[in-house]
Amino acid sequence: MRQTIVRSVAELPTYGYGPRSGPWWGAMGFMALEGMGFAIAIGAYLYLYAVNPNWPIGALPPDLWPGTTETAVYLLSIIPNEITNRAAHRQDLAKVRAGLVVMALIGIALLVLRGFEFAHLNTRWDNSAYGSIVWLILGLHTTHLATDVGDTVVLAVLMFTRHAKPRRFSDVTDNVFYWNFVVLAWLPLYVLLDWVPRL
Amino acid sequence: MSMAAEPNELRDDVLNGLQLSTQLERVWRTPSGLFGALMSVDHKVVGRRYIVTAFAFLLLGGVLAILMRVQLAGPEKTFLSADKYNQIFTMHGSTMMFLFAVPVMEAFAVYLVPLMVGTRNIAFPRLNAFSYWMFLFGGCFLWISFLFNVGPDVGWFAYVPLSNLQFTPTKRADVWAQMITFTEVAALAVSVEIVVTVFKLRAPGMTLDRIPLFVWAMLVTSFLVMFAMPSIMVASTSLILDRLVNTRFYDPSSGGHPLLWQHLFWFFGHPEVYIIFIPGTGMVSAILATFARRPVIGYPVIILSLIATGFLSFGLWVHHMFVTGLPQLGAGLFTASSMLIAVPSGLQIFCWLATLWDGRPVYRTPLLFVIGFIVIFVLGGLSGVMVASVPIDTQVHDTYFVVAHFHYVLIGGAVFPLLGAVYYWLPKITGRMLSERLGRWNFWLAFVGFNIAFFPMHILGLIGMPRRVYTYTAEMDWAHLNLLSSGGALLFALSFALLLVNVIYSLRKGELAGDNPWSASTLEWATTSPPPPQGFDRIPVVKHRDPLWADGESLPVVAGLSVERREVLLTSLAEAEPQIREASPEPSIWPLLTAVATTVFFIGSIFTPWAVLWGTPPMAVTLIGWFWPTGSKEDEE
Repeated sequence: MRQTIVRSVAELPTYGYGPRSGPWWGAMGFMALEGMGFAIAIGAYLYLYAVNPNWPIGALPPDLWPGTTETAVYLLSIIPNEITNRAAHRQDLAKVRAGLVVMALIGIALLVLRGFEFAHLNTRWDNSAYGSIVWLILGLHTTHLATDVGDTVVLAVLMFTRHAKPRRFSDVTDNVFYWNFVVLAWLPLYVLLDWVPRL
Repeated sequence: MSMAAEPNELRDDVLNGLQLSTQLERVWRTPSGLFGALMSVDHKVVGRRYIVTAFAFLLLGGVLAILMRVQLAGPEKTFLSADKYNQIFTMHGSTMMFLFAVPVMEAFAVYLVPLMVGTRNIAFPRLNAFSYWMFLFGGCFLWISFLFNVGPDVGWFAYVPLSNLQFTPTKRADVWAQMITFTEVAALAVSVEIVVTVFKLRAPGMTLDRIPLFVWAMLVTSFLVMFAMPSIMVASTSLILDRLVNTRFYDPSSGGHPLLWQHLFWFFGHPEVYIIFIPGTGMVSAILATFARRPVIGYPVIILSLIATGFLSFGLWVHHMFVTGLPQLGAGLFTASSMLIAVPSGLQIFCWLATLWDGRPVYRTPLLFVIGFIVIFVLGGLSGVMVASVPIDTQVHDTYFVVAHFHYVLIGGAVFPLLGAVYYWLPKITGRMLSERLGRWNFWLAFVGFNIAFFPMHILGLIGMPRRVYTYTAEMDWAHLNLLSSGGALLFALSFALLLVNVIYSLRKGELAGDNPWSASTLEWATTSPPPPQGFDRIPVVKHRDPLWADGESLPVVAGLSVERREVLLTSLAEAEPQIREASPEPSIWPLLTAVATTVFFIGSIFTPWAVLWGTPPMAVTLIGWFWPTGSKEDEE
C-alpha cells in the first residue's frame, strides 16, 4: 500500500522505566501468574485444613524463629531495595553497584535462613498431607527467592563489566520490582505456615 | 533518560520504497542455514512452526480417534486390546487438548497479533522461540513414550486414585503429568507475550476501542491462561511428588484427599474450554466482518461478552463434580453460574446474526465454516445448559451424551472457526489462495461427517452407553448407532484429508493472493503476502476501527525508526501514544539450548528427585547465556 508519513518518532528515547517499558509489563505478567500459583497453593492448604479434623497432622507447628526472622529481614530489605531503585533512576552507577551487592548478600542470607526454616518445620513431606503441602508451599517460594537471588547476582556482576550501559538501569529497576513481589508473596505465606497451625 | 539519537544512524524517514524494504529485510531476516533457522526469533517463523506442529498433532490425535471408532464400530471387536484402548483414548484427549487446541490458537495469535496491531515482532521474541521448543519437546516426549508403550492410560484428566502409584505403578501417569508441565510453560510464556504485545506494541492511534476483535479475544484468552494454568501446574507437580517422593496430597490414609485433585484439575479444566473457545469467537468476528462486508454489529457488546465469559469461566469448575456428593447449596450455585455463562455467549451469537442480516454476505469458504460453527456450537451450547442441571448431569455423567456435548462445543466452537481461519489467513501466510471448490467440498464433508459422527452419541449416552469402554456386547443394542457414528467419523476424517490436499495444491499452484485478497479491514492485510521479516516497512498510524476500509488507498504511517538495527515502537496502554523506540532482540541459539536444558530437567525429574539438583546448573548457564548482552549496538546504549 502507498504510505503517507503523518508523524515522526525520531526524537523518542530508546528505553524507559516502569509502565512505559516492555519488560516491566512482562515482569507484571509473570508476577500475576506466579501470584496465582501461590493463591492456588494456599487454596490447596486451606482445603486440606478444612477436610482434616486435626491440624497440623501428627506434628507440632513449625518453630517460629526462622520464619519470623526471615519476615523481619524481608521487610527491612525493602529499604536497600528502594535505595537501589532510586539510584538506578538517577543512573548513579556506583550506588547501583553497591545496592545490588547488598541485595545479593541479603538474598543469600535469606536462602541460609530458609534452610533453617525447612529444618524447623517439624514435619517431613512424606509424614502426612500437612507435611506435603507445607513443603510444597515453602519450596515454591524458595524457587522464587533463589531465582531472584540468581538474577540479582548476575545483574550485579554485569554492572561491574563494560556492559553497564544506561539501558541496564531499567533492568535494575525491574529486578527491584520483582524483589518486592518476592517479599509481598512471603507475608501471607508466613501467616499461613507459622500461625494457622497454631489456631 | 537518554535521547541516544546518534546523528549518523540511518532512519526510515530518509529511505523509501524498495531501498527501505531491502534494508529492513537485511536487518530483520532470520539467518540462513540450519543453524540460522534454529536461532529464529521472528514471530512469523515461530508462528508458522507452531501452526504446522499443532496440525501435525491434530493429525496424530485424529488417527487415534479413527482407531477408536473402528474398535467401537461393532460389538465385541478385538481390533484393539483394552490396555491399548485405554492408552489411545487418553492420548487422543491429551493430544487434542494440550498439543492441538490450545497451541494452535496461540500459534495463530503468535503469527497474527503483531501484524494486526501493526508492529514488527512479538514482545519477548526469544521467550517466544523458547515457548515453541518447549511445546515441541513436550509433545514429542508424550508421543515417543506412547510408541514405547508408556503412553498414559488414565484419561485426559488423570483422576486419582487411578493415577496414584498404587494403581499405575508404571511411568505412564508421570509422562502425562510432565507433558502438562511442558505445554503449560509454553502456553504461559505465549500468554505473557500476547498481553505485552497488545498493551505496549500497538500502532500509534490504536486506542482500546480500535483493537481488532480477534486481538481482543486473544488478550482475554491470555489472561485466562495466566490465571487457570498455574492450577494445573500445582496439580501435576503434586501428583509427580506423590508418585516420586511419597508426599501424601492424594492419600486419604494420611490426610490427603482425592477430591483435591478434581478441584485443582477443573479449576484449570473449565477455563480451558474457554481458552479454546474464545479465540474461535475472535476468528468468527474477523471473518464475519470481512464477508458480511460491514463491521461486526455490537463491538462493545462483544468485548464485554468476552470479558464476562472470562470471569464467569472461573466460577463453573464444580459442575464437573456434581456426582462427587457436594453440598446442595454448592450444586445449586454452580448450576446457576453454569447457566449464566450461556448469556454472554448468546449475546455474541445475536451480534453475529445481526451482522449477517444487515450485511451483504459473500458466501466464500471461510464464511461457510463460520455458519457451520454457529449451528454446531448452538447445539453444543444447548446440551451444555442441559448438563448444567444436576439431575440431568447425574443421569448422563460419564456417558456418551457428555462425549457428544463436548465435541459439539469444542469442534463446533473452535475447530470450525479454526478451519475458517485457515481458509481466511493462509493466503496471508503463504501468499497463495486455497481452492474454493475443494474448500466447499471440505466444508460440507466436515459438516455432514461431524454431525453423523457425533449426533448419535447423544442418543447412545441417553440409552446408557458409558464413555471409555473398549467394547460392548450385542444385546446392549448400541451397534447400529455406533456403526453410524464410525461412518460419520470416516467422512469427517476425509474432510481433513481434503484440507491437506488443498493446502499442498495451494502451495504449488494456488492463485497468488496479493496483499488483501478479501478486501478486509485490519492491518495484517496492509502488508505483502507473505509479510516481509520486518512486518511493515513503516509503522502504521490508526485513525479508525477498520483502518483499511477508512483510509482508502494510502496508509498513514510514522517515520523515524532505525533501519540499521531492530527497533520497535512502544506506545501507551490506553491511548497508544508513541513513547519509546525500543530495541527488539536479535536471533539467538540460547532459547533452544535453554529449552533442551529444561527438557533434561523435566524428564529427569520423573525418574529421580536428584534431577532438580543436577538439572538446575545447565538451566542457569543457558539462561545467563540468553540474557547476557552480546555487545551488539542496541545492547550498548
